[in-house]
Amino acid sequence: MRLPSRLPYLLATLLLLSQTLMAQQPVSDGIEMADRLRADGKIWVVVAVIAAVFTGIIVYLIRLDVQIGKLEKEVKQQKSSEQGVKLS
Amino acid sequence: MKKNWWKALAVLIYVYVIFQGMLGTVPRLPILNESIRNVYFHVSLWFSMIILLVASLVYAVRYLRKGRLDDDRISVEFANTAILFGLLGCLTGSLWANYTWGEPWPNDPKLNSVAVGMLLYFAYLILRGSFDDEQRRARISSVYNIFAFAVFIPLIIILPRLTDSLHPGNGGNPAFGQYQMTGPMRLVLYPGVIALTLIGVWITELRVRMRRVKAVLEE
Repeated sequence: MRLPSRLPYLLATLLLLSQTLMAQQPVSDGIEMADRLRADGKIWVVVAVIAAVFTGIIVYLIRLDVQIGKLEKEVKQQKSSEQGVKLS
Repeated sequence: MKKNWWKALAVLIYVYVIFQGMLGTVPRLPILNESIRNVYFHVSLWFSMIILLVASLVYAVRYLRKGRLDDDRISVEFANTAILFGLLGCLTGSLWANYTWGEPWPNDPKLNSVAVGMLLYFAYLILRGSFDDEQRRARISSVYNIFAFAVFIPLIIILPRLTDSLHPGNGGNPAFGQYQMTGPMRLVLYPGVIALTLIGVWITELRVRMRRVKAVLEE
């Protein structure tokens, strides 16, 4: 259980590292791309906004997860206490 | 926390997909231009939708074999998440098509097939709503689920390939491989599929747990 849980993180990190090596490409062969946008560096703003939206959604999911977990615990306790009453 | 590592993994991978998808190098193609990056976000939605539908199918079959109501619950929620991804896929596809194919919903076999396929699954949800008896609902909708899947896959994967379609890979259009779908692009698309599928499983898990709590409270 230990090994497979850490392996994916390692792989993901390696993937991230490998990509930066290919960041530059010969520019312009007549096809319009957002080279200027990238040169001005503003593309980072867009990336940050998207990442923020995604983070928001994930935080929402995590909170939902925790809340449902609490509810499950409560229901479990209630059930066991009810059974206790019935048994005694 | 021990059982939740895959959720963190999904988030991590998707953050990588966002950054690499926006900033990595892509092939320079006319008309598509930078919008080729949509491949990472739009196509992965459909791939993971199909994976979730397979999961829904598996649990439907499992319900029919073992008769456990819990399997039916899981089956519906997988279908629900898949339908959500499908709707998002239609929406993102329309946005993309508007700027590259000229209209939001061109008369394309793949689009029309998908519309029919989505209706098939809407019908599934409506069918479920029309039963009061739990066992009956579970049994009949599980059988319907199998039929729906068996029609959906040929509709969106096989039929569009037999005619002309704007989508790459269909009707003589070059597929991903020839479509300058370069190695670096695959290294973003496939992680995207994995991450979205995991997030889909997460949403499904939450909804299943909610249903279980509800079921216990109703007893």
